[in-house]
Amino acid sequence: MKRFAKLIQQLELSNKTNDKIAALVDYFNYADDKDKVWVIALFTGKKPKRPIKSALLKYWAIEITQTPEWLFAESYANVGDLSETIALLLPPAENTSDFQLHKWIEDLHDLEGKDDETKKDFILNAWNKLETQERFIFNKLISGNFRIGVSNKMLVNALAKQSSLDSAQIMHSIMGKWNPYEITFHELINGIHVNTDNSWPYPFCLAYALEQEPEKLGDIAEWQAEWKWDGIRGQIVKRNGELFIWSRGEELVTEQFPELHFMIDVLPDGVVLDGEILAVQDKQVLSFSTLQQRLNRKTISKKQLDDAPIVFFVYDILEYEAQDFREEPLSIRRHTLEQLIGDLDESPVMISPIINCSSWEELADLRQTSRSINSEGIMLKKLSSHYHSGRKRGDWWKWKINPYTVDAVMIYAQKGSGRRANFFTDYTFAVRDGENLVTIAKAYSGLTDKEIKEVNAFVNRNAIEKFGPVRTVKPELVFEIAFEGIAESKRHKAGLALRFPRILRWRKDKKADEINTLEDLRQLLQSTL
Amino acid sequence: MALIEFTKRGIYCKQGNFYVDPWWPVDYAVTTHGHSDHVRFGNKYYLCHTLTKPIIKRRISEDLNVETLEYGESITRNGVNISFFPAGHIIGSAQVRLEYKGEICVISGDYKIEDDGITTPFEPVKCHSFVSESTFGLPVYKWQKQEIVFKGIKNWVNDNINQQKTSVLIAYSLGKAQRLIKNLAGDTPIYVHNSIANLNEVIIEAGVHLPKTIRITPETTKDELQKGIVIVPPAMRDSRWIKNLSHPVTGICSGWMQVRAHRRWQSADAGFALSDHADWPGLMEAITATGAEKVYVTHGFTAAFSRFLNDEGIEAAEVLTRFGQEDDEENKVDLAEQNENK
Repeated sequence: MKRFAKLIQQLELSNKTNDKIAALVDYFNYADDKDKVWVIALFTGKKPKRPIKSALLKYWAIEITQTPEWLFAESYANVGDLSETIALLLPPAENTSDFQLHKWIEDLHDLEGKDDETKKDFILNAWNKLETQERFIFNKLISGNFRIGVSNKMLVNALAKQSSLDSAQIMHSIMGKWNPYEITFHELINGIHVNTDNSWPYPFCLAYALEQEPEKLGDIAEWQAEWKWDGIRGQIVKRNGELFIWSRGEELVTEQFPELHFMIDVLPDGVVLDGEILAVQDKQVLSFSTLQQRLNRKTISKKQLDDAPIVFFVYDILEYEAQDFREEPLSIRRHTLEQLIGDLDESPVMISPIINCSSWEELADLRQTSRSINSEGIMLKKLSSHYHSGRKRGDWWKWKINPYTVDAVMIYAQKGSGRRANFFTDYTFAVRDGENLVTIAKAYSGLTDKEIKEVNAFVNRNAIEKFGPVRTVKPELVFEIAFEGIAESKRHKAGLALRFPRILRWRKDKKADEINTLEDLRQLLQSTL
Repeated sequence: MALIEFTKRGIYCKQGNFYVDPWWPVDYAVTTHGHSDHVRFGNKYYLCHTLTKPIIKRRISEDLNVETLEYGESITRNGVNISFFPAGHIIGSAQVRLEYKGEICVISGDYKIEDDGITTPFEPVKCHSFVSESTFGLPVYKWQKQEIVFKGIKNWVNDNINQQKTSVLIAYSLGKAQRLIKNLAGDTPIYVHNSIANLNEVIIEAGVHLPKTIRITPETTKDELQKGIVIVPPAMRDSRWIKNLSHPVTGICSGWMQVRAHRRWQSADAGFALSDHADWPGLMEAITATGAEKVYVTHGFTAAFSRFLNDEGIEAAEVLTRFGQEDDEENKVDLAEQNENK
């Protein structure tokens, strides 16, 4: 655990990729093999069994430190992280422990099903023999995520450097399905599990936003244009008589989408399809908010199936006849795809249609109609391109339409968390509704550090009320808020909710009485339904 | 009538007609210590601890009219007895004890409980009312013993030297710098920035023993610095001078470094939680030891700390001051908030 604690500290202290990779390589050189497996699991978002709710951790910490709950909340607001707040609040440990990371994880695992008293004893005992940094990590094992700026790519690069294995192969291995409680480090990075496992998906090919004129991309005939959809990116994997559906979050979501199960009979073995899960009714793509009703559910009711039917729009074919097909050019892959499932008419699986255009101007005009079909714009893919792992510049571009915007006034401010724990960085915005202001969105990104400082100073000077970490401020600062969609919402007072709201710019030129009204947004909502 | 009141110019004793650490010019300014948020230019007379006199003369002006007191000494102004007691914050820092007709009030300025090896350690003073800072007035701020922190700093320096990196510690020229010098002195030479070297001279002249340091001059080579410890004030932090050193790595020594978010925001290479302010247990210990019936809470987490004291049965009130401006950038933000919310 001490070694892992040190690794986390090193990773947090540097912003330089090379330093981080060096720290990881150093760790993988010396750490226990079982610990290494867990570090890979944790950094790729595989959580260990969590037999204890974080609310209980908080409760026990409050109890043994006799901290009033409000004071805990104030401390949390300053620290910005629950696990760390608890770690710092606890009295110094009376003992030490050389227990390794995987031992802790296994012991936590064994608490599953035990009564609360047993769990509490275990936790208090653990807290009493861990240093602050170790405690922080221990708490994170139970209740948090290790968000410390290590991307899968960085992790894979470090592993490749340390093991001298091919990085694509390692990426493949760690992305697949493996059980950190069982697999050894050697098996994991050598991908022993990958060949025997029918389910493993490929890394998705991602696109950068097109920031130049499309004309600069050359002849349009070298490009394939498709609509860009706002759903859940996924892969359908069929191997050895088994079907798997993966979401881009590297999650298996097979059970959540029974509409797609018929593909087990349609697809031959050794096929992997890349596409997007969308809510579709009467051949019309519905908004993302409709699709949301289907996400993250353990069971799906008949009503949900009827209310939010889904379709899988197929973009690409990554494996064919049990061979990795990603090195084939897109034109060949597309052709193969059409041969394979081109005749699946009126079914919940359809190939993403190609937009046929003979000039960029024509395509630009069509792009303007994206909203009318609930598309976000256009995807451009070079016909000669391979299917890359991850984001790569040049072959795939997303050419999104400009977002919706609304001018709104800031009425609440709250301190951020993590890096921004001591600045007011999370703002709530309102539009006018007659004489009143009604909140429509919360956003925390889009300003420069300098602007954040300026807004921070404004909040300090103009705070009206204080509710814990939240300040009510004089409605004076106007911001242009960009968003991708709008949906009805019973939870929000305004009766509607914005999708992906973010600050586009600070409208210093506008006064609070020049902002948009709720009626403006209602009209927009009507027009998208 | 209360012995002190909080006015626009600062903490005011009407009976004695003087201010303690005023932020606007007054006739008579009782001064707790030499940090710039506690002592300002333009007062007719200053009263401070003997060791603070040369410091403020050097930092503000040689022309100041300064009277001094030793710890435990007192003078009387219009019936108000004024005496000084060690605050343990920095060299020369004093708690100001006021007594009038049996009523005792202590204005502590900034203070810390731990003996840092160079500052006269804090001494609790019995009083009826106590003015306390609350810079680190949240229970997540609990310091480790300084031996442990310094061991960490020394290890960091040794690792850097072995890896051909130059260790640059960022510390306030008055207070933190001398504390580092005193506790890091050993086989590794310590190089200090001009502003620190100047203050060191004054402090040594006043009779305080400081280990030997080397003033950085244009002649000092990068190679020498790489093999030593470099101490510079915060103003130098993002300077070209540091960037031009041989593989520079910066370490910030501040209580705020206790929390990851602050460490990351500062984007230093290392953060060491070393503070000249009392931590949460320190604040509680100090306040309890005074036996005060009423506590005025100034700069820091005033709201949370005073609420906690009230819940504990110690009458406490938040007070608006302009103290705390000398601390880290982050602190300024918090303080501005505390102040402006009044």
